[in-house]
Amino acid sequence: MNSLFVFCELDEGKPVDVSLELLTKGRSLANTLGCNLEAVVLGSGIQGIEKELFPYGTDVVHLADDPVLEHYRTMPYTSVITGLFRQEQPQIALMGATTTGRDLGPRVSSALHSGLTADCTGLEIGDHYVKKTDTTYKNLLYQIRPAFGGNIIATIINPDHRPQMATVREGVMKKEIVNRNHRGELKKINVSDFIKPEDLAVEIIERHMEARRVDIKSAQIIVSGGYGMGSRENFNMLYELAAVLGGEVAASRAAVDAGFAGHERQVGQTGVTVRPKLYIACGISGQIQHTAGMSQSGKIIAINSDAMAPINSMADYVINGDVAEIIPKLIKHYKANAR
Amino acid sequence: MKGIKIVVLAKQVPDTRNVGPDAMKADGTVNRSVLPAIFNPEDLNALEQALRIREQYEGSTVTVLTMGPGRAAEIIREGLYRGADDGVLLTDRAFAGSDTLATSYALTLAIRRLEPDLVLGGRQAIDGDTAQVGPQIAEKLGWPQVTYAEEMHFENDRLVIRRRLERGVETVSAPLPLVVTVNGTAPTCRYRNARLVMKYKYARTDTELQAENADYIAGSRPLVRIIEWGTEAVGADTEQLGLSGSPTKVKEIDNVILQSKEAKQLTASDRDIEALVRELLESHTIG
Ligand SMILES: Cc1cc2nc3c(=O)[nH]c(=O)nc-3n(C[C@H](O)[C@H](O)[C@H](O)COP(=O)(O)OP(=O)(O)OC[C@H]3O[C@@H](n4cnc5c(N)ncnc54)[C@H](O)[C@@H]3O)c2cc1C
Ligand SMILES: Nc1ncnc2c1ncn2[C@@H]1O[C@H](COP(=O)(O)O)[C@@H](O)[C@H]1O
Repeated sequence: MNSLFVFCELDEGKPVDVSLELLTKGRSLANTLGCNLEAVVLGSGIQGIEKELFPYGTDVVHLADDPVLEHYRTMPYTSVITGLFRQEQPQIALMGATTTGRDLGPRVSSALHSGLTADCTGLEIGDHYVKKTDTTYKNLLYQIRPAFGGNIIATIINPDHRPQMATVREGVMKKEIVNRNHRGELKKINVSDFIKPEDLAVEIIERHMEARRVDIKSAQIIVSGGYGMGSRENFNMLYELAAVLGGEVAASRAAVDAGFAGHERQVGQTGVTVRPKLYIACGISGQIQHTAGMSQSGKIIAINSDAMAPINSMADYVINGDVAEIIPKLIKHYKANAR
Repeated sequence: MKGIKIVVLAKQVPDTRNVGPDAMKADGTVNRSVLPAIFNPEDLNALEQALRIREQYEGSTVTVLTMGPGRAAEIIREGLYRGADDGVLLTDRAFAGSDTLATSYALTLAIRRLEPDLVLGGRQAIDGDTAQVGPQIAEKLGWPQVTYAEEMHFENDRLVIRRRLERGVETVSAPLPLVVTVNGTAPTCRYRNARLVMKYKYARTDTELQAENADYIAGSRPLVRIIEWGTEAVGADTEQLGLSGSPTKVKEIDNVILQSKEAKQLTASDRDIEALVRELLESHTIG
């Protein structure tokens, strides 16, 4: 049976988290399907990288090692991946919804004429029955994502085209080593079989990468602000509360769009998925695209002036009132009561 | 350098940033009618880049291309008010229900007919945030693509483009023809120009003219036509459009059922807040 492929992205020679998370998810889907889990990894000077992928239960690692692949570029990467996929005919292909995955995924899907679903929050295997033709499609990939409008979750399928492709954001799936000693098979890709001279038309002149400044994903306590915070200045209250609690500040997309906080702090379907011990939602209404990224928090406190805000129904504590009044009080009472 | 022929891809989208409580109908479907339809924000960033290039290279032209229902002509008028030279509305019943792959197929055909040197689009449309249409068009045209652009200028016939990535910036140089998708971090679009608003207020597609009181409009202003193309105009194979041309299908739509927890209800009073802080400290949630 055809394999499930994961595109493994590297950052300074290391597999990025989302790729390892997808290998973990891929392993469990492959088990359900009874097929192999294969990874494809591209780069320069990356011999030995397969050892970091096998422990996640990867059966085969396809490795393309060539100087032209040192940094991600659309065309050479697309040519290698589509070439490999034409040979191997994967039934499913998963990628991280990173700036790389979102540049590569659509290009590959167009070349192979296969469907691609962005920013999935769930992946499952299931059947699909078409009444009109009385046919049942077995073992399709259910690509589950919140859909526009707020309160709906759509299940997307690609019945007739392969591979079934999906991107997933970092943090949505959990990464888990299956067996530290697991060894799969290594297959080297002959890069010159796939890359054409015109693939090198775009040249990289300069790159400036910064260390990741904020990491809301690993914070145990998150103080998150929404559009109801009203202004960028009011977000200072949140930084203060986060500082005294030893947490990080996050934001909803409406707050990010309004310029109250940077995009790296956005929680949700198109932001980061977080699972802190405590999530304090300040002036956030709780649309599904937001809650998709925080519903697994240990405890949730919702501070909202609207007693009917959707976020309240998933909260452990609901404080009904104005953020501008409540947040300073939280800071004050914490300082007075904590040792 | 000679003038550059630019096509700007612009989509009319529901303003998902202002989704209110009445955005959903009782049956759980989206109530599109209450959402204002707007020019997709990042497509405006793309338009601005196009207008800047045109200002620098004499003989350049900027054409706004949009695919959508008849009312998407509004997007073209908006583009004209801000400085575009002309616009094409790609509209046909056969396009309805297209996923990103079928959409990019249709737009690619229109682009081929327009024969531009440069296609600029937004990074992504806010209704789905997929960011797929730009790269898929580039692939279908067989052109290179540069995504997430926030600054661009020409150096010896090549576009030098600064890209905004997750963790930093990258500068690339690319030849024409080229597809570029523009990031929201690029300069915002200039406002409408009052003179252009007067000039293009009555720009209409043929369909709009038929529906409206054409004589009245034609009599009151010099008439500007917005080009309207259907499947035949671009030579589209209808099998590759709409639902039949879309590999992705919606299997199911579920309403989200919020399982109500037994939340503790608190007020903003000092008493309630202090009790909460103490409870969290005692359970070692904080502290
Ligand atoms: C494709 C797509 C992807 C998306 N991805 C994401 C995502 O990843 N993350 C995300 O967050 N959103 C995402 N969204 C947007 C999402 O649908 C909502 O629009 C957004 O989460 C709303 O943000 P908000 O709750 O801050 O703002 P609003 O919905 O405007 O809510 C503001 C809240 O603040 C309250 N309030 C106002 N004033 C006060 C006050 N003084 N004190 C206390 N409370 C007050 C109000 O009662 C209200 O509940 C996405 C949308 C789409 C279409
Ligand atoms: N129907 C459309 N008409 C014109 N341009 C579109 C259309 N759909 C998408 N685009 C362009 O492609 C970009 C990405 O869209 P999307 O893949 O839907 O996120 C948008 O910002 C537009 O520039």
